[in-house]
Amino acid sequence: MTTEPNKPNQLSRGRLFWTLFSSTFTLSAFTIGGGYVIVPLMRKTFVDKLGWIEEKEMLDLIAIAQSAPGPIAVNTSILIGYKIASVTGALVTLLGTILPPLIMLTLLSYVYGAIKDSAMVKTLFYGMSIGVAIVILDAVVTMARTVLATKKILPPIIMILAFIATSVLHLNIVIIIVSCAAIGVISTLVLSKEEAAS
Amino acid sequence: MILLQLLWSFIQIGLFSFGGGYAALPLIQQQVVHVHEWLTVQEFADVLTISQMTPGPIALNAASFVGTRMAGIPGAIIATVGNVLPSLVIVLFLAWIYFRFRTLKAMKGILFGLRPAVVALIASAGLSILFLALFGAQRLPDSIEQVSWYAIGVFLAGFVLMRIRKINPIHVILGSGILTVIASLVGVPI
Repeated sequence: MTTEPNKPNQLSRGRLFWTLFSSTFTLSAFTIGGGYVIVPLMRKTFVDKLGWIEEKEMLDLIAIAQSAPGPIAVNTSILIGYKIASVTGALVTLLGTILPPLIMLTLLSYVYGAIKDSAMVKTLFYGMSIGVAIVILDAVVTMARTVLATKKILPPIIMILAFIATSVLHLNIVIIIVSCAAIGVISTLVLSKEEAAS
Repeated sequence: MILLQLLWSFIQIGLFSFGGGYAALPLIQQQVVHVHEWLTVQEFADVLTISQMTPGPIALNAASFVGTRMAGIPGAIIATVGNVLPSLVIVLFLAWIYFRFRTLKAMKGILFGLRPAVVALIASAGLSILFLALFGAQRLPDSIEQVSWYAIGVFLAGFVLMRIRKINPIHVILGSGILTVIASLVGVPI
């Protein structure tokens, strides 16, 4: 696919960094509702629209982002920047992600008293939360299809168990992540031994 | 001095908030309300309300809000930088390990187990936001009266539209917000 004009290594450094910055800045500025909202949107931009990251690799990056401390949106943006343009890329996407809340909250901390009781503002944000739910669950359906497409038994089982563990049992996310990683390692190592023996 | 205190407090919040988003809440409250008394409990609740309505992770929102209150714009910048510093160092280290060792069998195994878990965690968070919009609580409703039929209609229509045609997510979010304001103005029960 060398004819594609938009691959990261074919852009000038300036264009590349500007695309990284403007993408993460826009996503961060328009995404209400925290990490689980912005992460599917980042996937949409960098996997579907730009085609700079593969679907499977994106899931890996999100998994790494979740296993580190700090906001998931910040961690994911650092990983995307690093993957595309190393440490400089990571700093650019980090800046793009933290600037919108920094600017907006600094302004809001001055005017909060005036808008907090506006019924119009409340209604607008309530309506936007429905839109947020649509976007997240659309992304979940797409990602779940990737998991089911592996045609193995274990991934769907892990997916269902992890869902019960978090939604029903409200287990700590760190525990769920460590357990699923352990299941993955053990099953992979055991399977490869069996293959070697047969 | 206040800048150093802000920096150190938000480094600690960034370092120990595993699991993102709401996992940071008790840490922020401890540092900002109890250890330093920078905000009252009421002001802290106000910060949470703002965070619900504005973009960005809750810890970053709190960093900017508290930083501005205590030391103006430099305070907001210092608190924000402190908050993301631990993430930057740890995530870059993990990224380096991932891209170097991802062909190893053990690393493949870890990711094999994590991928489906990630989908489940996002599904769970998405459902709690959906329930909050449809039923006014982050769980299934006790009675049918708590159900917002308006929200169910908008959700189903939007979801089907998004599956059929690839609409820009930001348009879906803004569209739902504007539609709801119009609906409330013309008197639709929402």
